[in-house]
This record gives sequence, C-alpha cells and structure tokens, in this order.
Amino acid sequence: MSATTVHPTRKPYSPKQAVERMRRGDLGAWPVVGGLIAIAVVFGSLNEHFLSPENLTNLALQMAATGTISLGIIMVLLLGEIDLAAGSVSGLCAVIMTIMNVRHGWNPLLAIVVAVAAGAAIGLLHGLLFTRIRMPSFVVTLAGLIGWQGLLLFLLGEGGTINLPFDGFVAKLSDTWLPPWLAWTLAVALVGAYGGSLLLGRRLRLAADLPVGPAYWAVVRAGFLAVVLAAAVAVLQADRGVPLLLVIFAALVVLLDLVLRHTTFGRWMYAVGGNAEAARRAGINVTRIRVLAFVLSGSLAAFGGILAASRLSAVNQSSGGSDMLLMAIAAAVIGGTSLFGGRGRTYAALLGILVIQSITNGMLLLNVDSSVRYMVTASVLALAVAIDSLARRGSTP
Amino acid sequence: MIRAEDISKRYGAVQALEGVSLDLRPGEVVALVGDNGAGKSTLVKAISGVISPDSGEITIDERPVRIGNPHDAQALGISTVYQDLALCENLDVVANLFLGSERRRWSVLSHIRMERATRDLLTQLDVRIRDIRVPVAMLSGGQRQSVAIARALIGEPKLVILDEPTAALGVEQTAQVLGLIRRLRDRGLAVLLISHNLADVRAVSDRVVVLRLGRNAGEFRTADASQESIVAAITGAAA
Ligand SMILES: Nc1ncnc2c1ncn2[C@@H]1O[C@H](COP(=O)(O)OP(=O)(O)O)[C@@H](O)[C@H]1O
Ligand SMILES: [Mg+2]
Repeated sequence: MSATTVHPTRKPYSPKQAVERMRRGDLGAWPVVGGLIAIAVVFGSLNEHFLSPENLTNLALQMAATGTISLGIIMVLLLGEIDLAAGSVSGLCAVIMTIMNVRHGWNPLLAIVVAVAAGAAIGLLHGLLFTRIRMPSFVVTLAGLIGWQGLLLFLLGEGGTINLPFDGFVAKLSDTWLPPWLAWTLAVALVGAYGGSLLLGRRLRLAADLPVGPAYWAVVRAGFLAVVLAAAVAVLQADRGVPLLLVIFAALVVLLDLVLRHTTFGRWMYAVGGNAEAARRAGINVTRIRVLAFVLSGSLAAFGGILAASRLSAVNQSSGGSDMLLMAIAAAVIGGTSLFGGRGRTYAALLGILVIQSITNGMLLLNVDSSVRYMVTASVLALAVAIDSLARRGSTP
Repeated sequence: MIRAEDISKRYGAVQALEGVSLDLRPGEVVALVGDNGAGKSTLVKAISGVISPDSGEITIDERPVRIGNPHDAQALGISTVYQDLALCENLDVVANLFLGSERRRWSVLSHIRMERATRDLLTQLDVRIRDIRVPVAMLSGGQRQSVAIARALIGEPKLVILDEPTAALGVEQTAQVLGLIRRLRDRGLAVLLISHNLADVRAVSDRVVVLRLGRNAGEFRTADASQESIVAAITGAAA
C-alpha cells in the first residue's frame, strides 16, 4: 500500500452529538464506573478495612455466584423478558449436585454436569411454556420461583442441610488460588490478546478500505486493560492470591460477550430483543432464540448455585433464597442492561455485581443495620431502572 | 418479467380482488394506486407470499411459479419493504441490512465483509449516513426508510415492492426516498410502488395501475396521463 493513500478515519463526535447521545441515555459504562469510584471513596474513608486486600479478595469471592446467575438473567433481559426463577433454580440445582456427590458418591464433575443439565432442562421448560403456550415469562418464572423452591425443600427432606466435604472437589473450587506466576502470565496473555485483536482488526479494516480510528487508540485501550488487570492482580496477590472463582466468573463474562457480539446467535438475540416482529420477518426463528435464552439462563443459574454451595461448603433450605434473585436482577440492570430488551452487554453482570456487592460489603463493615442496607440497595436499583427508563424514552422518536 | 394474472381473493363476504392482472418489467417503476379498500395491499400480499390467492397465476419470465409463503417469494427474487419499517432500532445499519442473512463463517459473523458491502451499497444508492455503526434509532425518518429499502436489495432481488414508503416523511426526506427509488430503477430492478400521494406517483413512476373495488380500473403511462384522468379512474367518475 503506498504511503500516499489516505484512509478515511472515523471522525470523533462533535460536542453537540456527544450531548445528544447522552440525552438519549447512551452513556455506556460511565455511570457505573463513576458509581464504583464514589463507593470506593466513601466506604474507603469511613472504614480503613474496606479497601484492604483481604476485604477486596472476599468481595471477589462473594461476587462470583450471584454474578453468574446475573449473567443468565441478562440473557433473558436482552429479549425484554424476565426470569424470576433463577434464584430457586440455582438452589435446587446445587442441592441436586450435592445429593449426587455426597449421598450417592458420584464423581463431583459428573454431579456438576448433571446439575447444570437439570438447570438447562428447567430453562427449557420455562422457555416452552413461554413460547408454545404463550404464558407471560413473568408468570411462568414466578411459578418456577415457588415451585422449584418447593422441590428443593422436598429433596432436602428432614435434615434441611447437607454438608460438602471441606477438602472435596466442589468446596476446593472456592478455595483455590492461582500461583503468582500463573496470575501474571494470564494477565499478560489477556492484554496481549486484547491489544493484538484490536490491531489485527484495524489492519483488516484498513485492508478492506474501511474507516479506522487512530492506531494509538488501540494501544491506549490495551494499556487501560493492562493497568486494571495489574492493579487487580497486585491487590489480590497481597492477600491469598487470585481466586479461581473470580477467574471462572470473568471467563464466563468474556466468553458470553464474544458469543453475543460475534455470532449469529448473539446478533439474533439482540434483534429479537429490539423488534421481534422485524426479526421474524427477516427469517429468524424467534421461538428458538427465546427458548435458548431461557435454557442459558437456567444453566447459568445452576452453575451459580453450585459456586454458592462451594463457598458455603453446604446446601441448606435457604440456598438460592433470600435476596439472591433480587441482587442478580439488580446487578444486571445497574450494570446497564435494559429491562426493555435489546440493549446491554455481559460486562453489566460484572460491573453491576461489583457495585451491589461492594455496597453490601461496605455497609456490613460499618455495622449498618440490615433494614438500612435493604433500603440503600433498593434505591440504587430504582436509580438504575430510572436511568434505563429515561434512556428508552430518549431513544423512541 | 413478473406477471400476476387474473388474481382473485375473497375474505368471507368481501371480494377483495376479482380477476386483477399486473405486469412488472425490469427497469420500470409501476405505481399501484386506488382508494382505501381497493385491494392494493391484498394484491401485494399475494405477490409477496403473505396470502395465497383463491385463483390466478403468477409467472416469472413466462414460467408459472408457486409462492406459498414470504420465503418462497424472497427465493424467487421478490423483496418487500413493509409500511411499518421492520427495522431493529437497537441495531446499527450494517446489522439491519444483513439481518437474517448475515455473512458468516460457521456461526461467526464476518463483520468486515458486511460493513464493506453496506458501504458499497449505500454509496451506489447515494444514501448518506454519517456513522453507519450507531443504532438505527438515532437516524432520521428518511434515513431509516432508505435503510429499509437498501435492506430489500441484499438478496439481489428482481422486484422490490414498496408499501407507502413516503407516508411518514417530510418534504425533504420524501425527495431523498424518491431519488432512491429512481436509482433502484436505474439498477434495472422492477419496482412496485404503492402510494396514496399522486404527486409522488407522478414524480417517480413510469406507469400507473389503478385498482377500484378489487378490479383493474385503468392503466396509464405516467408521462401521458393527466392528474384528472388518474383521479377519475380511482373514483370511478366518468372522465
Ligand atoms: N384479512 C382480511 N380479512 C377480511 N377482509 C379483508 C382482509 N384484508 C383485506 N380485507 C378486505 O379486502 C378489501 C381490500 O383491502 P386492501 O387490499 O387492504 O385494500 P387497500 O390496501 O387498497 O386499501 C377491503 O374491503 C378489506 O376490508
Ligand atoms: Mg392497504
């Protein structure tokens, strides 16, 4: 390619257009990042323990289970539907896994696979009731919320609690820490892969004569990721190390994001969430997409339940109960997933659960009464939904 | 050439179409006009496979074809732009253009190939959109209609059917879309335009076909016909 070839570059937005985008609620992840910084400053100054490596490691461990369930919720929220059964399904599948593993002595991996398959089957049932019988997803999963909770109590029977052996595979999941060399290698590999893919994408676009941003921009973005990852690894390394649980959760977030953005399945998820009728006319099998979303939600709920059981080294009658479901939904919405469908990314689960969990964690450290904690969490959720609703109003002409 | 011959369709007690015929040739814009309830939408639905007529025949280059559903119509090169745009407002222009027929390898989207094709197509059609990677919700009405029309061209159709494409647009955006329709004709496509607006019809069409009460009620070469004679055919008043 000759040096004189001038490639069109993507012009940055003028201030006026930037304001316009903002008015339409197209804020991206910035409100959440701002919120996180505010949380860190407020709680960090009120309690010196909040930003300590030990507490941040605990935070990372607390995030993984609910965050995984939240990922599943995002799959159905993207279609403009809701899954109220995710909490119950997570508890039920954790109980199934524990019974297989502890009572029947199954290989733990097999027990996990069977439990996740059970979650998928439950999701399939929800999806079929929703698409075939056309029951509103709200009602299907509300029935699921109660029904699967009932089945959980039935399976647990008299005792009400089953312990997982502390040195067993399942419990070990949440007590495994990456050795420093592995953590750093992983971080470097991630930054390299990210920066490399940006630069490769840029070259391919240039080769196809498509507009590109400036080259330094790819470096800046990769550098930003490098700083974030290095900070995270350094902090976690100062305590027990990078928890395997966090790596599993983050890997799911990244994997699902790639699927949503780069596969036809993902494209059709957004299409169905944006305008199901348009998707149908374009020849997309809308029913199949909807059923698959519920299957994904059920599977991820099951897996999240297993992670929660691993943390507790037990399952009991309140597995997947209390505020787990609301936290998972709130995390998705706070992270920027629209309740109206068609908008959001899997990183919402990561950012949203980080916000919710650090507020909860911070208030626990400050010995704030649970009554106040509930009200604060509810306010944050209401704020996120308000922003979402305004954004929707802004984007419908 | 695409020809609908002697098409009839009855809905209960209503004879929506009775022996209607229509010829569509490459490189020609045909305007289908008529009063409300004249049967325009029903005829279009029969050609685009949304309904099956009770009797009559559709031929492409003299060969009879069976159009049982919209998919058949698309496979035969008949592409329809519905009145309600049928775009996904949350997706960008590229995603909307290729919706349902994404270029892919296995299941992985070929973003670059699709964006290249989108830019080429929009350039050829002289559709100007500043940033084709923002959600369609952020475009103007005329731009969205242009995207909907460009979308109809993705499968390389022979015939594009446009149902009231300018109904919701202002003066300037209407002019944009009419210009786009002319460029479709210049690409050698057959275009069937349904419109209530006689000014648009006269501005852009080569031939006007009038339906009245489910029957053919006149056919004019646009260049030779007066507004009065078309209106008279629509209303059934003696010219
Ligand atoms: N699905 C339907 N069921 C019953 N009657 C219909 C249906 N669709 C159209 N019709 C009737 O057929 C006639 C022609 O309608 P249509 O093709 O929509 O006319 P146009 O599009 O010219 O206004 C009208 O009398 C209308 O009421
Ligand atoms: Mg009509």
